[in-house]
Amino acid sequence: MNADIIIHVESLTKKFGDFVAVDNISFDVRKGEIFGFLGANGAGKTTAIRMLSGLLQPSGGKASVMGYDVYTQSEKIKAGIGYMSQRFSLYDDLTVIENMKFYGGIYGLSKNDLNHKIQEVIGILKIDEFKNQLVKSLPLGWKQKLAFSISILHNPALVFLDEPTGGVDPVTRREFWELIMNSAHQGTTIFVTTHYMDEAEYCNTVSIMVDGRIDAMNTPQELKKQFNSQDIHSIFVNLARQSTRKEFE
Amino acid sequence: MGQFWIFVRKEMWHILRDKQTLFVLLGMPISQILIFGFALSNEVKNSKIAILDHSKDLTTQQLIKRIESSKYFEITDYLSHSSEIEESFKKGDIKLAIIFSPDFEKNLYHSHEASVQFIADGTDPNVGTTLVNYGSAIIRDYQDELLGEKKLPYQIKPEVRMIYNEQLNASYNFVPGVMAMVLLLVCSLMTSVAIVREKELGTMEVLLASPLNPFFVVISKSIPYLFISIFNILSILFLSYFILEVPIRGSVFLLIAESILFIITSLSLGLFVSSIAKTQTSAMFGTLIGLFMPTLMFSGFMFPIDNMPVPMQILSNIIPSKWFFIIVKSIMIKGLGYMSIWKETLILVLFTILMIFISVKKFNKRLDIE
Repeated sequence: MNADIIIHVESLTKKFGDFVAVDNISFDVRKGEIFGFLGANGAGKTTAIRMLSGLLQPSGGKASVMGYDVYTQSEKIKAGIGYMSQRFSLYDDLTVIENMKFYGGIYGLSKNDLNHKIQEVIGILKIDEFKNQLVKSLPLGWKQKLAFSISILHNPALVFLDEPTGGVDPVTRREFWELIMNSAHQGTTIFVTTHYMDEAEYCNTVSIMVDGRIDAMNTPQELKKQFNSQDIHSIFVNLARQSTRKEFE
Repeated sequence: MGQFWIFVRKEMWHILRDKQTLFVLLGMPISQILIFGFALSNEVKNSKIAILDHSKDLTTQQLIKRIESSKYFEITDYLSHSSEIEESFKKGDIKLAIIFSPDFEKNLYHSHEASVQFIADGTDPNVGTTLVNYGSAIIRDYQDELLGEKKLPYQIKPEVRMIYNEQLNASYNFVPGVMAMVLLLVCSLMTSVAIVREKELGTMEVLLASPLNPFFVVISKSIPYLFISIFNILSILFLSYFILEVPIRGSVFLLIAESILFIITSLSLGLFVSSIAKTQTSAMFGTLIGLFMPTLMFSGFMFPIDNMPVPMQILSNIIPSKWFFIIVKSIMIKGLGYMSIWKETLILVLFTILMIFISVKKFNKRLDIE
């Protein structure tokens, strides 16, 4: 296997009873890239991310993350990745600093490193005035940026972001992506799901999921050429129309 | 291990931030003890009664005086006709009517047989029976005095003593009961709600994606409640010893050790509930209906288990509070030592191990979604 590959997936499948949530997907993610996972609600993005981050046992296929097997070495994977779930994952009744201390602590950061990191995040996000306030008093955009900063507090080589910009206004989304790209520049591999098609342009590789399958995967430029289209949005709409899966069936 | 304490510290932050809940958790046992000690009581004192004296002679006067001076009775109505008895009951004031037959004294000394009738309000059977017993005892005492030296040729006289609780102090029964109730509430309810809250908020997902051992997540949640519960035991014991004058006849250390065992049992029940419940509401109803109600009904604290139908008696055996109730009563009130309660202790230990085992099995390391 190529040393540049950080995630290797081959025919990965997840079934819940008769329902095939993820259907035989294969792809590679290179070190340091931003890998975008696009798809409508219910396409299987979250299920795929949960299998790769060691939260969910696959039903079939092969997958390795940072060289560790998802079936048998999920503990090692967990220690090396960052994870930001699609639901808001900070504690509302704790302060900004307390949230950072807690999450940094469970990833085993030493007191010195942690304090250093906390100062760094406060500087980058410019939240010095909020640092001792309860998280619930922050606007949603700040919360999401903070959640992202916390998910990479322990300098993981790879971070999974599951719809990190859901419900956030366009300006904050822009700022959020600056944070992501900044972190990618420093060498962190980003695996991100989204259903905002404009965000696909930020990614090095885009894969489009429909009904649990990956129907298209390439760089944004190549995808546009391949489908002879102006933007990712229309490619996505064309592919998603073929979906036979209704969300609540 | 460091991560474990980081998690415990975070739980402390949660609890300290929520001042109202903390206040309730620490204040509840104190208020329970005071309410049960001073307001709610099974003892029958100062019951209002009516007297109907058809005879009005010296003997009945003396008997009435004795009844009046007893702390159990307060004579509110002096009736003059039998028709007034029912009216008096209907007004709802009196619990007992005592009727002396006409020519009471005459009959007593001439035909050696006088009759007195007790009519008690049976709507609360326990109170009715108790009042009749108290009244009969007063009459019996008077009769014994009349006999004086003259003994009846044949007489069987029961000599009654209420051992362990000579004054029939109701606190002896409810202090162990309140301990079981409070510990169960604090440990099971709060732990299960705290764990399920993380599931509901979505933070559990992030915790499970971290290198933290999932079992640590749930165990560390229970640590703060362990400390709160130990404080609760001490405050209950302190109040009941110094204010309600309930003795601690056995070893205090044994009592505290057994209480800690029961705390761990309750925590394991909380874990069990949280491994099933998906929302905070269902965790709350689960603990209240599944654990708290059975504790009230089947621990022997409110209703005697021996009076229940056999299936219920068998059912009561799976209620851990029942065994804790027996243990606390044995140590505190009877002053028994380890040798007398090892069976009950063993049951609690096995029960706890079983609960933890099932919870760990159910608490999937991987996320149970969809």
